[in-house]
Amino acid sequence: MGVLVVAEHDNEVLQESTLNAVTAGLEINAEVSVLVAGQNCGGVVDSVGKVAGVSKVLSCEHELYEHQLAESLAGLIASIASDYTHILAAATSQGKNVLPRVAGLLDVAPISDITDIQSADTFVRPIYAGNAIATVQSEDTIKIVTIRPTTFDAAAADGGSAEIVSIDPHDDKQDLSQFMGQELTQSDRPELTSARIVVSGGRGMGSSENFQIIEALADKLNAAVGASRAAVDAGYVPNDYQVGQTGKVVAPDLYVAVGISGAIQHLAGMKDSKVIVAINKDEEAPIFQVADYGMVADLFDVVPKLTESL
Amino acid sequence: MKILVPIKRVVDYNVKVRVKSDQTGVETANVKMSMNPFDEIAVEEAIRLQEAGTAEEIVIVSIGIKQCQETIRTALAMGADRGILVETEEEVQPLAVAKILKHLVEKESPQLVITGKQAIDDDNNQTGQLLAALLGWSQGTFASKLEFTDDRLKLTREVDGGLETVSLSLPSVVTTDLRLNEPRFVKLPNIMKAKKKQLDIIPMDSLGLDTTSRVKILKVEDPPQREAGIKVDSVEELIDKLKNEAKVI
Repeated sequence: MGVLVVAEHDNEVLQESTLNAVTAGLEINAEVSVLVAGQNCGGVVDSVGKVAGVSKVLSCEHELYEHQLAESLAGLIASIASDYTHILAAATSQGKNVLPRVAGLLDVAPISDITDIQSADTFVRPIYAGNAIATVQSEDTIKIVTIRPTTFDAAAADGGSAEIVSIDPHDDKQDLSQFMGQELTQSDRPELTSARIVVSGGRGMGSSENFQIIEALADKLNAAVGASRAAVDAGYVPNDYQVGQTGKVVAPDLYVAVGISGAIQHLAGMKDSKVIVAINKDEEAPIFQVADYGMVADLFDVVPKLTESL
Repeated sequence: MKILVPIKRVVDYNVKVRVKSDQTGVETANVKMSMNPFDEIAVEEAIRLQEAGTAEEIVIVSIGIKQCQETIRTALAMGADRGILVETEEEVQPLAVAKILKHLVEKESPQLVITGKQAIDDDNNQTGQLLAALLGWSQGTFASKLEFTDDRLKLTREVDGGLETVSLSLPSVVTTDLRLNEPRFVKLPNIMKAKKKQLDIIPMDSLGLDTTSRVKILKVEDPPQREAGIKVDSVEELIDKLKNEAKVI
């Protein structure tokens, strides 16, 4: 009996957040298996096999799992769940979609987005947008848990040599859900949730065009670009840029908030950053209450100057 | 089709919550309560589907204390047809909520359940997925667009990398994301009209379901506070601090 971690991938590349989930798994039990379900995903299976600390990789290749839709993937996970004490995944849009469905199939109360593990059944998780921290204890036999990737270090991608086992697909209703397509934001910048530096813009940017100021600064710093909900709702940037309670949670070494007032819902997604810089012309903006370095100034003057001086 | 919309009464999103001194939870006495914002988006979407002729009847469900009637009345004032309150004084966790909803779905036979992707109090993001699993239905989580075509639902989802489109069989459980729509404001005459709409109250105990909590809350604490830092006056000073003091660039 060990821990099962559900890998997230696109059949080619393993999502880095899976490495954070492996670390969380190892905190519970030294015996960590990772499920890689997909199609033509041999490369991912190989890379998971090399992750330090992983004992076993369960590989399940079938067209049912090509797009890792919750309906078929949850059935597969539930079918092997009785071999494990814990089933973990990163609290990404994928993990949040699939794991509660697994829990429903198994009559287990899932636990979402944990930030700390106190014991095999006791976990810490933020509630109310991080304005309160709950310590909770699971009374289920199998614990089904999503982990917040920013609060667990990534396991080393090399150094392991796991046993690789193929498992059969789970016969499931295939008609419930079909993948039709995706529009992924193309970017050469670092991925938002794992970037070392993040530069985010808010309503104060005023337009989609003005966001270029943010992008120029981000490129100079080799940073990811984020945004507040206000900037996404206004259509300045796509939805996947959103940092906050219901968007992405980031904890980079440096977070630069530009033209962001700092609603509690936004702070929930970035207040664990090591160093926070806020640039806002409103001296009263709540973002300054969490910023290490605040600059009360017009962002249209300061940000280009900053980009130029770096 | 008939649409069932589960909604939750939560501490209003503008309230900064205070943790109780005995660490059992957060203070909810004398605090402004509202409909969970994601559920409001779900109600709005159901009403738009009714206005477009896709939906015939919208049934609102809430689970909780008797004051949840006010939240249901708000949804009725927005335009939903009738409400059901499953009344209880107990804290009901997502798995139990899903079991209660399954019971109601079997009674009401909706083709679609739409609810918020998460409640802004416990931030679980579980109920829709749990319900879909219990019913064996398709699930369209984090929806930003719904289109009905040939007995199926084409649904666009907000995912970490951007957007994903799936085709779902009906009946289905859909959970809403922020960009699905912008909920309407309730007009005063509609609040008056909503008072006359049907609202049934069912005691939770009468359902005979297992609603016990499986997750024990051991304690609730304040998060570590972040101290405000310093103000810098120039770009040069900022760069100097980041390089030499914080050493992050």
